[in-house]
Amino acid sequence: MKEILEIKNIYTIAEDDNSKEILKELNLSINYGEVHVIMGPNGSGKSTLANTCFKSPKYIITNGNIIFDGEDITDKSTDYIAKKGMFMSFQSPEEIPGVTIASFLKTIRSSQTDLRVNMMEFYKEINEKMQSLDMKKEYAQRELNVGLSGGEKKKNEILQMLMINPKLAILDETDSGLDVDAIKIVSKGINLFKNENNAVLIITHNTKLLENINVDKVHILVNGKIVKSGDRSLADEIQKKGYAEYLNNEN
Amino acid sequence: MKTNVDEYLDDNINNIYNLKADVDSEKYFGLTKEIIENISKEKNEPSWVLDIRLKALELYDKLEDPTWGPDISYFDINKIATYIKHNVNEERSWDDVPEDIKLIFDKLGIPEAEKKSLAGVGAQFDSEVVYHNLTEKLKEQGVIYLNFDQAIKEYPELVKKYFTKAVPLTDHKYIALHYALFSGGSFVYIPKGIKLDLPLQSYFRLNEKGAGQFEHTLIVVDDDASMEFIEGCSAPGYNDLNLHAGCVELFVGKNAYLKFSTIENWSRNMLNLNTKKCYVEENGKIEWIMGSFGSKVSMLYPLSVLNGKNSKCEFTALSFAGKGQNLDTGLKVVHNAPNTSTIVNSKSISKDGGICTFRSNVLVKKQATNSNMTLSCESLMLDSISRSDTIPVNTLENNDLTFSHEASIGKISDKAIYYLMTRGLSEIEAKALIVQGFAEPISKSFPVEYAVEMNRLINLELEGTIG
Repeated sequence: MKEILEIKNIYTIAEDDNSKEILKELNLSINYGEVHVIMGPNGSGKSTLANTCFKSPKYIITNGNIIFDGEDITDKSTDYIAKKGMFMSFQSPEEIPGVTIASFLKTIRSSQTDLRVNMMEFYKEINEKMQSLDMKKEYAQRELNVGLSGGEKKKNEILQMLMINPKLAILDETDSGLDVDAIKIVSKGINLFKNENNAVLIITHNTKLLENINVDKVHILVNGKIVKSGDRSLADEIQKKGYAEYLNNEN
Repeated sequence: MKTNVDEYLDDNINNIYNLKADVDSEKYFGLTKEIIENISKEKNEPSWVLDIRLKALELYDKLEDPTWGPDISYFDINKIATYIKHNVNEERSWDDVPEDIKLIFDKLGIPEAEKKSLAGVGAQFDSEVVYHNLTEKLKEQGVIYLNFDQAIKEYPELVKKYFTKAVPLTDHKYIALHYALFSGGSFVYIPKGIKLDLPLQSYFRLNEKGAGQFEHTLIVVDDDASMEFIEGCSAPGYNDLNLHAGCVELFVGKNAYLKFSTIENWSRNMLNLNTKKCYVEENGKIEWIMGSFGSKVSMLYPLSVLNGKNSKCEFTALSFAGKGQNLDTGLKVVHNAPNTSTIVNSKSISKDGGICTFRSNVLVKKQATNSNMTLSCESLMLDSISRSDTIPVNTLENNDLTFSHEASIGKISDKAIYYLMTRGLSEIEAKALIVQGFAEPISKSFPVEYAVEMNRLINLELEGTIG
């Protein structure tokens, strides 16, 4: 099986605090066609992991390599990594006033291709994808994340994922703060996206989002390190017992 | 809508603004009584106009530079070509305009826009107007749209009634300079009850090195009439200082409406000391739209005098100051009658050490009861070396009014840039998108071709390819 993402022995510190490693000795390997889940207590480094893959300026990799789709991207820029096919759904996506969702998606599409975007087809595609996420057509004309509810923002992230159609989608706590119906729509979006030629990395606190998704692997992240990996039953076990066992192991 | 400008910009924007025409010309440098008499003679003016010029010259020599705002002490009138006579006439057909000059206006998209979306066009090249035209239908309705020098000759009484009445010679040093040297510009008269469906546009192009441009624009919108006027300004870049000291006098009658849009993209060697004033009568409305991108230093604060009951002023402005630019702009408004209202929406963007200052000066007279002022000023700085200031001065002589002033100054968000970069936009593309979004509420008030051009100017500005 071919690997889409391979994180090798990564150590990460925060840009503004080099006193402590947030990720240490982290190894993770995801194959094409797989869905992986990362679970862990607050502050264990889950979001740092997502942002490290994307080379966020807030974090510095002090050791290790990240191989994405066969290329070492450890020294690449955020936009390069995105163009290569990585996507991330943000926990709290930024508001961009004055830019409509439709024009934003068009800007992204234009940057992805040298060809002129066919507006008719493009709008048809947006409408179809919005419909599948139970989003009203009018949302396309709303300003990007401005005045959107938590649920609307998350759906908007999933809409972007569907429009961009990346090779690897990292979903950072996309389910947090969502009601049951919204979670169902998000998992529907993930299933619409998922195929044998891409992969999904879900970062989550709870297992509700996973109910309708085929999960290949679950990893437990504690203090910046993956302390245990297993199949989906590991997620269920965490849901029941919590992280206490792993926290103790670590100390 | 894809315009001529738009298509051309796709290929090569830099060259438009930097195009220079090689035209035979006669130049006067500096400011003396003799030069002024010569200009007046060249123009074959009536003596009352020369009298105004000479009086203005006296005032210019007496008046001092402003003691506030950007430093312009390096300005030397003797290095400015105060009058440039190209050996060309004003034409009614673009075909008759000399090829070199026509090419520049073509590239700026003016003749094309005239065909599609304008009721009349004036085009000024340095000191003189090279093209002026108005549709026959409007001429029949009594609309006057002429180059200002021409209007003095054809409608002396009408011009006399309004000329210097909004902006007196004594206003400040650079308006005295303007009246001493004024040349070209437009005169517009919209008779009672006439409503124009399409805008008139005057384009001011400065071509010569070291040139000064002193156009005078006078617009009278009579009672119950309405119109939109667009002025565009640009110049190629030179190392020598250029000067723009234009003057705009506007008169909006009872129940009349005037939208006055300016998109200014002077080159970065331009000292832009422009003066604009508008009188608004009962139920009348002036709407100012101002886009300031160019110039080395700008000092421009349009004044609206709300003279009649229920008269209104709406002011929408966007400034973008890059490296070496000091854009000192704003507005003044005098509420002179009851139930008058002012709405101000201003945004500024500064980068690479550029300075944007927004001054608002609101005077509400005692008699202006039940009046309303809503001011909003937002600034965005793209780095920590740029500067942005908002300086409000409010004089409220009665208590029966509603006043609100919101000002916010912010730095572009690194988080937002990162968010957009995770979608595959480069850092520059991400910044441009944020800036365009910030400017959007203003740019949507611009004429459509200019809104497109403005977004391109923002992109270019961020790529650092001009200036």
